[in-house]
Amino acid sequence: MTSTRRDATTRHGARPLTREIDEQSNLGEVYMSGLMSAQLRLAAMVLAFGAVGLGGLPLLFLLVPATRSLEIGRVPLPWLILAVVVYPVALVVARYYVRQSERIEAEFSAVVARREP
Amino acid sequence: MNTAYGLAAIGLICLVTLAIGAFGLKLSRTTSDFYVAGRTVTPYRNASAIGGEYLSAASFLGIAGLVYTNGLDMLWFPVGYTVGYVVLLVLVAAPLRRSGAYTLPDFAEARLESTTIRRLCSVLVVGIGWLYLLPQLQGAGLALTSVTGAPSWVGGLVVAVVVVANVAAGGMRSITLVQAVQYWIKLTAIAAPAFVLLAVWFHDGAPGPASARDSGWVEPLGGLAGQGHPVYATYSLLLALALGTMGLPHVLVRFYTNPDGRAARRTTLTVVALLGAFYLFPPLYGVLGRVYLPELPVGVAADTLVLQLPGAMLPDHLGEVLSAVLAGGAFAAFLSTASGLTMSVAGVIDQDLLRRRLGRVTGGDFTVVQGFRIATVLGVVVPYAASRLIEPVGLATMVSLAFAVAASTFCPLLVLGSWWRGLSTVGAAAGLVVGGGLAASAVAATVLAGPIPGWPGALLGQPAAWSIPLAFATAVVVSLATPGRIPLHTARTMVRLHTPEDLVLDRD
Repeated sequence: MTSTRRDATTRHGARPLTREIDEQSNLGEVYMSGLMSAQLRLAAMVLAFGAVGLGGLPLLFLLVPATRSLEIGRVPLPWLILAVVVYPVALVVARYYVRQSERIEAEFSAVVARREP
Repeated sequence: MNTAYGLAAIGLICLVTLAIGAFGLKLSRTTSDFYVAGRTVTPYRNASAIGGEYLSAASFLGIAGLVYTNGLDMLWFPVGYTVGYVVLLVLVAAPLRRSGAYTLPDFAEARLESTTIRRLCSVLVVGIGWLYLLPQLQGAGLALTSVTGAPSWVGGLVVAVVVVANVAAGGMRSITLVQAVQYWIKLTAIAAPAFVLLAVWFHDGAPGPASARDSGWVEPLGGLAGQGHPVYATYSLLLALALGTMGLPHVLVRFYTNPDGRAARRTTLTVVALLGAFYLFPPLYGVLGRVYLPELPVGVAADTLVLQLPGAMLPDHLGEVLSAVLAGGAFAAFLSTASGLTMSVAGVIDQDLLRRRLGRVTGGDFTVVQGFRIATVLGVVVPYAASRLIEPVGLATMVSLAFAVAASTFCPLLVLGSWWRGLSTVGAAAGLVVGGGLAASAVAATVLAGPIPGWPGALLGQPAAWSIPLAFATAVVVSLATPGRIPLHTARTMVRLHTPEDLVLDRD
């Protein structure tokens, strides 16, 4: 025999989680919905931040008319926000999302792989 | 404006585009290469390509013209174009890539296991693609007229010919490279003149816009493009742009060229950075235009402000050179967006509408590549003809209508398809039909009927705020009513869409 017999070890240990997922067993489905809801919660959080931060602006301008002509330096605040500030903020939010979602996937992989033979 | 310089710049851009295309042609040998660049494109180059493809006539010329004419409220356009990629990243970037779909109809068929839905999506892709190609060709006509005084049909024709030559000859590999280069051409072409013009402005003592006391221009909620009900219009536009990006036909293709879901996310992140950098500049032209060109000459469209401004600020040699640089950049914008759109529209026409018919007519006596080339010509000729027949309604308005249709159809399909196991085939189809029907009717009314006053005009001009929720609601309600029509392999598909690729799982 020139290589380890991988099937021999699995027979004694727990069934690999990848197989639970492949066979769509209850356990596999629990792990899948855990992954999906973690990702969806993260997405919802980021979208909510955007909806409040960006979607709140027209409302702010509508309800607090003073903000429409407020100036910072010589630049009116609405121009500063919409022409410049929005872009770095969008980038930071996107970066946060990418890191968090990669972390969720890494944890999922680690948990599933831990029960690999 | 100096005609010779302008022509030289436009000619150079067209030649460079064709040359890179030809270079890519040498690299694309097999059919698989021809379509998807062999999936070996790095995230950074892919992001440049997405940026190059996405920054269209509406971005390069349209935003400055809108800001010039209507002021602050128009800044929501570039904001929405960028935020659209954040929404795409958060909701569908990785699942789209992991679905293995190359086009939107591919995704629909893989997820919903129905060829009817596939055909429905094919029709929508072609429709949205043509709607989006229209302003590119019109913009090219405007730009060439502004530079040379040539009749407006010439510019569109030049773009149409270069795009067909490039797409039909080189396919995706060359297009990816072309698009990546186009982003940097466009950024340079808009940024470098902007810095020179800013220096001139500071030199002049940084005068404020003549209309600074015109509160409708300088303050928010002045009304989008003369339509009433500014708060509604602002929210509706923001929704259309934020949710429409994911449904544009030329966006998904780029995700297929990422090696995995993780790379797809990182690519999207880079795209957000590249777009943000670009969009700092167009509004500057609009504001400086207010300072130096308080009145546009009669017969000059606001969409060509970017090309007029250097001449007004620097009435010498330098102004002419800058104008030529900007004209070249604008042509890069028309060419790249039109290429990307044509590529995806042609792909769908070829695969879903043409191939079987062609096979029947010729008895199978044609090659795959020949079919694709015929589809490419078809993909461009129709919008070009339409651009000659339909009165221009403004580049950015036209583009925002295309976004509204995409947001009302593909956004519900992609979001529910990626995250909701309960989506049934019938529900998805109903959502597409209702969303697409409503948004398309609103577009037709806006484009064909001319200005409509009051609430009807506002609702039809910016349909997204009501058509998107209705499309979502239809898809969900009909799905709940038809649980028996949930695709058989939904659970397996979800595994494929959401699990990281390093796990060895059954994904078929």
